[in-house]
Amino acid sequence: MVEHKSFGFRLFNMFNYLFFCVAGAACLVPFLIVLGSSFETEQVLKDRGFSLIPQHFTLYAYRTVFELHTVVQSFVVSITITVLGTLSALLFTALLAYPLAQKEMKFRGWILGYVLLTMLFSGGLVPWYILISKYLQLKDTLWVLILPYLVNPFNMFVLKSFFETIPREITESARIDGASHLRTFLTIVAPLSTPGLATIALFYALGYWNDWWLSLNFIESDRLVPVQLLLKKMISNLTFISSQVDTSKFIQVPANGVQMATTIISIGPIVLVYPYIQKYFVKGLTIGSIKG
Amino acid sequence: MNRTLYLMALPGILFFFVFCYLPMFGVIIAFKNYNFQGGILGSPWAGFDNFEFFFTSPDLFRVTYNTLFLNALFIVVGTAVAVGAAVLLNEIRSKYGARIFQTLIFFPYFISWIVVALFLGTFLAYEKGIINRLLVDVGLERFDFMNSPAVWPAVLVIVYLWKSTGYGVIIYLAAISGINPDYYEAARIDGASRLQQVLRILLPQLRPTILVLFILAVGRIFYGDFGMIYALVGDNGQLYSTTDVIDTYVFRSMRTLGDMGMTSAVGLYQSLMGMLMILITNWISKKLSDEKQGVLF
Repeated sequence: MVEHKSFGFRLFNMFNYLFFCVAGAACLVPFLIVLGSSFETEQVLKDRGFSLIPQHFTLYAYRTVFELHTVVQSFVVSITITVLGTLSALLFTALLAYPLAQKEMKFRGWILGYVLLTMLFSGGLVPWYILISKYLQLKDTLWVLILPYLVNPFNMFVLKSFFETIPREITESARIDGASHLRTFLTIVAPLSTPGLATIALFYALGYWNDWWLSLNFIESDRLVPVQLLLKKMISNLTFISSQVDTSKFIQVPANGVQMATTIISIGPIVLVYPYIQKYFVKGLTIGSIKG
Repeated sequence: MNRTLYLMALPGILFFFVFCYLPMFGVIIAFKNYNFQGGILGSPWAGFDNFEFFFTSPDLFRVTYNTLFLNALFIVVGTAVAVGAAVLLNEIRSKYGARIFQTLIFFPYFISWIVVALFLGTFLAYEKGIINRLLVDVGLERFDFMNSPAVWPAVLVIVYLWKSTGYGVIIYLAAISGINPDYYEAARIDGASRLQQVLRILLPQLRPTILVLFILAVGRIFYGDFGMIYALVGDNGQLYSTTDVIDTYVFRSMRTLGDMGMTSAVGLYQSLMGMLMILITNWISKKLSDEKQGVLF
C-alpha cells in the first residue's frame, strides 16, 4: 500500500505516538509512585508525601511487613483461596460448559436459558447474604471465600465457545470407540483445549486474588482475612496498622510505608506474570465479546 | 449415553440453583418485617410498608439518580474513549509499538479497586497528595477532594477510564481487525484519504459491535459498580450526595441499619428495574437489527 507521507499524515502520526506515550505513562506512573514510596522512610513520607524516587532508600517498610503476622497470614489465605478456587471453579465450569457445547444434548436450550436468566434477574443482596450466612452457615469459613464464585456465567460461555471449536469428528470417533462423554472430555477434549482452559483459569485466578466482596460480607475472624480486605482496612484507617504491630519489636510504626509495601507485594505477582498472561486475556475477551 | 452429559452438567446446575435461584425466593423478605429469630418464614408480613418507606424517602431519588447518571457517564464517555483509542491504536504503524501501548493501557484492568483507591489516595490527599503538592508549588490553593462531592462524578469517570479503557480497546481492536480489507482497498482506489476511510468505512463497520456493547451496558444501568465506588468512596459520608448508588446504599442499609425487610425492598426494586431495562434494550436491539435474536435472547 502506497503511503502518502504528507505533512498532515506525519504530524498526525507524531501526535498519535505522543498520545499513547502519555496514556501508557499514565497507566504506569501511579504504580511507580507507590513502588518508589514503598522504599521511602516514614519520616519523608509524612513530611513530603509520595513520589517516584525515594529520597532515603530503605527496606524498613518491607521488613516490618514481613514481620507482621496479620500480613503474612493474609497472603496465606489469598494464595490458598486463589489456588483452590481456581481449580474448583475451572472444574465446575468446564463440567457445565462441555455438555452445553454438544449440540445433540437434549434440554440444551433450557439449561442455557436457565443460566441466562441468572444474568437477568437477581434476588438481591439480602436474600443472598441470609442464605450464605444463616442457612448455609458459611460465615468465617474458608469455603465462603470460594464457593459463591464457582461458576461465572461469562466464563462459562467463553469456555463453551472454546469447546465448540473442537471438530466433531474427534469426539465422535471417541464415542464410537465406546468412550463415555466424561472419558472423551477428560482424555481428548480437555488436552486439546488447554489454551481455553488456561484462559478461563486465569480469569478465575485474577477474580479470586482481587476479591474483597466475599470477605467484606462474611469474614469476621482475623485468621481468614485475605490480602485485599487487609489492604482496605489499612487504607481506611492508618491506625489499624499500628494496632497490628508488636510494639516490643518496633519502636516506630511506619504506617504509610507499610501501606505502600503491602500494596506492592499484593500486585507484585500480577506485575511479574502480566506480560505472559496478557495474551490469554486478550484472546478470551475477544472470543467472549464476539459471542456476546 | 446422554446421561453422563447431564451428570457432568449437574454440579454447575446445582451451583446456580443454590446461589442464584434460591435467593430469588428470598425476595419475599421485602414484604415482611424480618427478624432474626423468625427467619424468612417466621417473620411477620408487612405488606408494602417497606416499599412505602423507601419510596417516600429522599434517598430513592438520590441513589437512583446517582446510579443512572454515573452509569450513563461511564457508558457514553467510556465507549467514546475506548472506540477512539482503538481507532488511533489501529493507526500506529509499528506493530511492536502498538503491542507495547496496548500492554500498558490494559495493565490497570488487573489491579483491584482497593489498590486503585490507594493510588487515588496518593493523588488526592489534602496535605501531601500529588495534585495538591503541584497546586501549592505553582502558588494555588489546596483542594479538599475528600469533602467536595461536586467533583466526584468527574473523578470517578477519570478513574473509570483509566482502569477500563484497555479492556474496551481490546474488544474494539478485535472488531476492527475483522473488517474486510477489500473495503479500504476499494475506497483507496477511489481516492479516499485515510481519514475518509476511517470515517466512512471503519466506523460504520464498527457500528454493530459498538451498538451491542452499548445496549448490553444500558441493560445494566440500574446496577452500580459497587466494587469501584465502595473502594474509592468507602464510608465517606460527605461524598454520598453524588456518589452513593443503589448498591452501596443497599449494602450500608443492611450492615448498619440491619433492617432486612427494607433493604430487600430496595434490592427488589433494583432487580425489577434492572430486568425491565434488559428486556427493553434487548427488544430495541431486535428492532434495530431486524433479526429474530436480540443481544441477549
